[in-house]
Amino acid sequence: MSSGTHAHAHGAHDEPPIYGYMAEFDHPEHLVEAATAAKNEGFTDMECYSPMPVHGLPQVLGYKNRVPLMVLLGGITGMVVGFGLCYWVSVLRYPLNIGGRPFNSWPAFIVPMFECTILFASLTAVFGMLALNGLPQPYHPVFNVERFAEATRSKFFLMILASDPRFDLQGTRQFLAHLNPVTVSEVPH
Amino acid sequence: MSEQAIAEDVHNELIGDGHTYGTISDKITGIVLTDPKKTPLAWVAIVGIASMGVLMLLGTITYLVFTGIGIWGNNIPVAWAFPIINFVWWIGIGHAGTLISAILLLMRQEWRTSINRFAEAMTIFAVMCAGLFPLLHTGRPWLAFWLLPYPNTMGLWPQFRSPLIFDVFAVSTYATVSILFWYMGMIPDLASLRDRAKHKIARLFYGMLSMGWRGAARHWERYETATILLAGLSTPLVLSVHSVVSFDFAVGIVPGWHTTVFPPYFVAGAVFAGFAMVLTLAIPIRAFYGLKDLITEKHLENMGKVMLATGLIVAYGYAIEAFMGWYSGSPYESFVMYNRLHGPMAPMYWALLLCNITIPQLMWIKKCRRSIFWLYFVAMSVNIGMWLERFVIIVQSLHRDYLPSSWHDYSSTIFDWTMYVGTISLFLFLFFLFIRFLPMIAIFEMRMLVPRSGVTGKAGPPPPLGARAPTGGHAGDKHAAGVGSGGAH
Repeated sequence: MSSGTHAHAHGAHDEPPIYGYMAEFDHPEHLVEAATAAKNEGFTDMECYSPMPVHGLPQVLGYKNRVPLMVLLGGITGMVVGFGLCYWVSVLRYPLNIGGRPFNSWPAFIVPMFECTILFASLTAVFGMLALNGLPQPYHPVFNVERFAEATRSKFFLMILASDPRFDLQGTRQFLAHLNPVTVSEVPH
Repeated sequence: MSEQAIAEDVHNELIGDGHTYGTISDKITGIVLTDPKKTPLAWVAIVGIASMGVLMLLGTITYLVFTGIGIWGNNIPVAWAFPIINFVWWIGIGHAGTLISAILLLMRQEWRTSINRFAEAMTIFAVMCAGLFPLLHTGRPWLAFWLLPYPNTMGLWPQFRSPLIFDVFAVSTYATVSILFWYMGMIPDLASLRDRAKHKIARLFYGMLSMGWRGAARHWERYETATILLAGLSTPLVLSVHSVVSFDFAVGIVPGWHTTVFPPYFVAGAVFAGFAMVLTLAIPIRAFYGLKDLITEKHLENMGKVMLATGLIVAYGYAIEAFMGWYSGSPYESFVMYNRLHGPMAPMYWALLLCNITIPQLMWIKKCRRSIFWLYFVAMSVNIGMWLERFVIIVQSLHRDYLPSSWHDYSSTIFDWTMYVGTISLFLFLFFLFIRFLPMIAIFEMRMLVPRSGVTGKAGPPPPLGARAPTGGHAGDKHAAGVGSGGAH
């Protein structure tokens, strides 16, 4: 997310003075309810952080999960590559006539094809997931918040980004405070 | 409600009382983040002994490469002996890791959670040990890349109709996917270690490995999707790997090998051996690191049950082999059975039946499944039995096949044993490095098991939507406190 879009969305300033506000919760249920409340309030540019997957949150935040399609395409590519390799070697490049048996003996190629399918699909699943998540990413503003170390231990966080069109330095903090969090922290850039 | 109560009962058996998200995280990260000076002495001792074994392995390999594989006992007609026995034994052990992490995940078996991580590590190290054997058994390991399809000046290409090339594809895919699955599973836990680590080097190390993971909800969603898909891909993969290994035998025409029961019987045997190895490792480690409330008796009992079930499939395999020896009407096939029962290596076959069929029947008894001693006894017996099984299949079939003029007895040499014991040491060496430097239990998955009833939050649910009344008290942060009476948003 470039600072250019922030400025555009925010309108009044060139760049918002902070990255966003972050509210901390003790329980996953509270996080889901807080995120739902923020959504109903009209916020769109927000993110939740938790030490384990919290079911229901992605539906609240709303986005499209493209991992399955990528993995399917990866698997199909692997299958085609596997068959292509066997066919090219056994029929075109290095045909061996063994008692007049067909060169394109596809049933024997099933195993290499299968293994290539699994290999390509698995590589796509892992590296595709990382790429879509934008990882590896050494720096992110959320790490500036000291309490955020708890996001990988026991606490649940809701962040509203300053790039949100409805973001307001006073009002958004106040809104988060009303959600009954443990704390509300400012996230510097 | 009763369904929920049952679910909570199950949870309580899988995780000790009084655990919260925080205590689980601290307990598991604490093992890794122990000050180096406070590393347990027993750990130092085991790694010390294991590294001596690794040196022995390196010495053997050096001598082997300089001299040739004649230093081993295998010779015509028994061209496949220890190297292939050990290869199949190690690959089989690895399979339990994939089974626990993939198949049990798909079946939503929550009890897998505390053992999956180190079972996966076990898979990777077992596959590494397994890979050494065929590589060195080629005789000229520096030319092992000839196994791969690549354009070369000789104009040669691999034969894609051979199970031996299937094996290259299956095992290398298996190793790659296992490492990916293991590493991906660790990313959130590595982030926990990064955030807990005090020392600069530790923070840098775990920081780089965790790749900036921050637990964002969208990230979790993609992560869970990738995990489930990888599990779905690994499940047929693990079945294919040992099926392909069994094709190495079943496609050959050697009596005792040429049977259709081999693929399922090999897969069941692999899981059988793998669970035995998980128990062999889990029982001492949970006692030593005080993890009895995370790896509970329930886990051990379930593993005992899986051993019993797969052991019965293996027993069925033995029964079918014996039956086909008679039913096939082939004198060569029936001679294989006769030779197993009465030949020069008959004690191996009888010991196999004892270790793999008779002793595991103890697992029918709940008392034995709940007893550390009996579980360990059965697990060790299966470890030995599964090695004997591969010995019986390989050596007993090869040493007396069709032509009595080419019969020859087999005996191993000291280098067969230094190589075998060396790989066991390598396995232990890598495994103990793993439990010292990486989280041996999947922390984030354990957090998901924390019983709901155990959560004692003081804050109630947030106010209903639209309610704008400040509730004071709970918003304890100094920033938040200041805005209680600010303007409406």
